[in-house]
Amino acid sequence: MKAIYILCVRQLKRYVRSPARIIGSLGQPILFLVALGFGLRSMFARAGGGDYINFLSPGIISMAILFNAVFSGIEIIWDRQFGFLKETLVAPVSRLEIVLGRMLGGAIVALLQGIVVFVICLIAGFRIQNSPYLLLAVVFMFLIALLFAGIGTVFGSVLQDMQGFPLIINFLIMPLFFFSGAIFSANGLPEVLRILLRLNPLSYGVDGLRGACIAVFAYGLKTDLAIGAALTGILLALGSYFFSRIQL
Amino acid sequence: MGDMIAVRDLVKNYGDFCAVNHVTFHVPEGRIFGFLGPNGAGKTTTIKMLTTVLDPTSGSIRVNGHDPTREQKQVRRSFGIVFQDPSLDDELTAYENMDLHGILYGVPRPERRERIDMLFDFVGLSERKKDLVKTYSGGMKRRLEVARALLHAPRILFLDEPTLGLDPQTRNHIWSYIQQLSKEEGVTVFFTTHYMDEADRVANEVAVIDHGKIVAQGSPGELKERTKCANLEDAFIALTGHAIREEEANAVDRMRIMGRAWRGAGRR
Repeated sequence: MKAIYILCVRQLKRYVRSPARIIGSLGQPILFLVALGFGLRSMFARAGGGDYINFLSPGIISMAILFNAVFSGIEIIWDRQFGFLKETLVAPVSRLEIVLGRMLGGAIVALLQGIVVFVICLIAGFRIQNSPYLLLAVVFMFLIALLFAGIGTVFGSVLQDMQGFPLIINFLIMPLFFFSGAIFSANGLPEVLRILLRLNPLSYGVDGLRGACIAVFAYGLKTDLAIGAALTGILLALGSYFFSRIQL
Repeated sequence: MGDMIAVRDLVKNYGDFCAVNHVTFHVPEGRIFGFLGPNGAGKTTTIKMLTTVLDPTSGSIRVNGHDPTREQKQVRRSFGIVFQDPSLDDELTAYENMDLHGILYGVPRPERRERIDMLFDFVGLSERKKDLVKTYSGGMKRRLEVARALLHAPRILFLDEPTLGLDPQTRNHIWSYIQQLSKEEGVTVFFTTHYMDEADRVANEVAVIDHGKIVAQGSPGELKERTKCANLEDAFIALTGHAIREEEANAVDRMRIMGRAWRGAGRR
């Protein structure tokens, strides 16, 4: 247990000590929020969708969490390169404890980053709609963080170097984000896309977070929670499995 | 005294390439054992298998009486290691690196603090213990790694080129401490080095490995006698030849080179 705790603390220390990373990873969400949010706001309102900033913000918050969590898993590759991974792998603690510490630490960092973006969204005009589920927002944010820390860990464990990284971002992470309902709703989409949204694990996180903030669910609170939690469990297990198979 | 490390018929293949080819040796408790060989001879691969991070293709290994492939926890508790490449967290302070290691190895807090302070004193880093490791020079990092490997008072110390890049003063200092550990506390030391004078001076026994096979084994004196050479370096060359070895860079090595280029030369 102590190993999980100390590896978690390590991630947090590294996060707090690198302001460049904190600010750097805010760039993309802010860009999307401003460009899409304000760019499409009037069109969205004219189409009868309400305030687009309100619709979009949970998606943008999810995006920040998603990228930070995946990156925390991919960091295994850095630790492999700069050697620290070896130090943990020869220690007399189980790989499970090590990987749980890493994923938990990564997820907490991603959650913190999500909260920062949450505040930025509030400043940009995001208004929480008197939702009875508001407390659940943090739960959904943390679920997204854990789930993608698991996905990142799978790739961080399997890849030997950073050359495969752009491939993952462009062919997995970006599509997951775009087809999650983060920037548009499933209503009126072609059937293929609607199925795609349904199959995307992020969809349930985004929907849960949006529902918790503005009380509008596409799939329903229970579905979001159940599927989100189940998928998170599966991904954490997968991350642990692949990490346990690392050889130096 | 029994064998702390016993290796029989050890083989590691990477596809068609045989990195370690039917290697057999044993290291009795309390001895200082030098594992020598040119680049790419199979030294690091052997250490990886002894230290549980790589599974052998075949053969048997016992470290402190345990099998590294099955009884990993017992084996890991027995040894401390200084890797060939840096293995510190640059973004943490030296103290935090030590403390993290102590926690991972289950050293209780009061003992941990005491030993950390003692070891910082020993490697002469007490003044800098609160600094981030990324501000350390290469030599300081190396000293910190040696201190860290000793923190949990291991029975076996693996040192993979521990004195690479250190000045003679620091090398001497570290080796005399290690000799003292071996003599007074019976710690078994397994090391690799390219400095033959070092091996000659500190090792009770050396094994020379080349192309994955052990080509000679014995005390430095015996090896010199057998090859009729005045020093171990000449004996080493007599045993392994003059050809310069090419090491194939793996993915991690390539990335390390890339990383170094990005971070600017001279950082590490």
